[in-house]
Amino acid sequence: MPNALKHTLFIALPVLVIFAVLPGVYQNHLLLFNFVIFLILAQGVNIIYGFTGYLPFGYVGFFGAGAYGFAVVVMHLHAPGVPAVLAAGVAGVVVGLLLTPLLRLSGAYFAIANLAASLAVLHLIANPALESITRGPYGVSLSATFNPTSAYAAGLVVLALTLGAVVYLKNSRFGLALQAVREDAVSASMAGVNVVRMRVIAWLVSALVAGLAGGVYAWYVSVFYPDNVFSGDFSIFAIVFALFGGVASITGPIVGVIILYGIYNLIGFTTPQYFQLIYGLLIMGLVLFLPAGLVSLATRRGWHVP
Amino acid sequence: MSPESAPILSVSKLVKRFGGFYALDGLSFHVSSGEILGLVGPNGSGKTTAINVISGLYAPDGGEVVLEGASIGGVASHKLVHRGINRTFQVPKPFLSLTVRQNVEVALAYGGAASAPALADLLDEYRLAEVADRPAADLNNAQQKMLDLVRALATRPRLLLLDELAAGLNPAELDWIAERIKTLAQSGIAIIVVEHLMGFIEHITDRVIVLNAGKEIFDGKLAVAVKVPQVIEVFLGGEHAA
Repeated sequence: MPNALKHTLFIALPVLVIFAVLPGVYQNHLLLFNFVIFLILAQGVNIIYGFTGYLPFGYVGFFGAGAYGFAVVVMHLHAPGVPAVLAAGVAGVVVGLLLTPLLRLSGAYFAIANLAASLAVLHLIANPALESITRGPYGVSLSATFNPTSAYAAGLVVLALTLGAVVYLKNSRFGLALQAVREDAVSASMAGVNVVRMRVIAWLVSALVAGLAGGVYAWYVSVFYPDNVFSGDFSIFAIVFALFGGVASITGPIVGVIILYGIYNLIGFTTPQYFQLIYGLLIMGLVLFLPAGLVSLATRRGWHVP
Repeated sequence: MSPESAPILSVSKLVKRFGGFYALDGLSFHVSSGEILGLVGPNGSGKTTAINVISGLYAPDGGEVVLEGASIGGVASHKLVHRGINRTFQVPKPFLSLTVRQNVEVALAYGGAASAPALADLLDEYRLAEVADRPAADLNNAQQKMLDLVRALATRPRLLLLDELAAGLNPAELDWIAERIKTLAQSGIAIIVVEHLMGFIEHITDRVIVLNAGKEIFDGKLAVAVKVPQVIEVFLGGEHAA
């Protein structure tokens, strides 16, 4: 059986089936929905960071742009949910295109510039002068499309597409070339790889994924303010989850989200007073002792982790 | 392999500046298919800069690089690879976290070679078969240099630039790689070798260009070069003003 099929059948499909079935047996649908969102975002970070080495500290910029892309077409064009989610994806890609010059930077410079860019998008959208278009800082209320069940289903579809993209990257020459670019851009060009094009494609796919997730999120919550959908927590969580599990793999970010976001909610429910402390210590421990993520526990022993 | 045939590469009056420093200051030379040309000169004379300009890592600030009749100055590296130029690096640059096999697979897939060589044969010929499934980071320096070379060969170059491939190899490895390089030239590849080991250069090259301060000061056999006063001064630090 080819690896791509194996990874689809035994990793991607089970995740999708579990999250399709869970709402029937577990009452906290918002929590399940948040899991889906973070699974998408962590894999989106995986695409850009794991496969090209760019750490997107402002990843939420695409997500927020997607949420507002959704809101704008719903408010002004009275679009139904599904086309509005597609518009959200377009919004993410447009922001990605505008930010392609950032790819000239590397390391911390890229991370900082990306963070600043996401704040710029936030303040553009939250600008009171744009109230007639985005409602500025006053937030949006999208009662026309309110339908959490459909939004959840749309989230699963976006998750399926995202997992499909990562399975493809993990098993294709294209994904291998991206990893070559991440390892050494000069050598990659001497292998005949068009480095700039590769980076831009990965960047835009990653932006598309976050834009779609933002659209699905807007559809689900239907009432939000700029600060909600541009919260830096989205970037940080998605990055931490992906790194915790291990990037450049399919399973790493999934494991990272399930465990870390699981613990996050567990601590939040049981001992909220110690929440920040425990979570902070946990992340510090991970960075110190498992910098290459959970999957490195297995790869260090010579086991192959897809 | 006749050195009289039209050159595959000719470089004329090449200039490369870094700020006010002229790394290349009017360099001209040519190389033909099947020929092994040595670039020698003291540190900082422009050897590696020349290789970097020819392989597209730097755009020249003046002069011309002509490959098979077409000007290629400033053309992106990956396009030059597709047009038949490839190289190795002084400090080898493999894709460290990828396996040896994957390192070569990238070049086979993206190198644009019409008939890509067989991966297994390449790894075998350059003594990498046993480590094929290990990450490149596990390889020693000599093996990483061979991996650089194999990655270059996977793109079927017609002009191959070897930047200090032999440095750090033991005598047995030197003899072996010298024979490999000669065999590659006999197959019709034009090879430019940058090297500090004069014995190695004398053994494998047909001709050398001696560089000083970004200009060629000698073009011919190494055995002749070592008798030229200007060349001796450059290497031994005489009063010669560049």
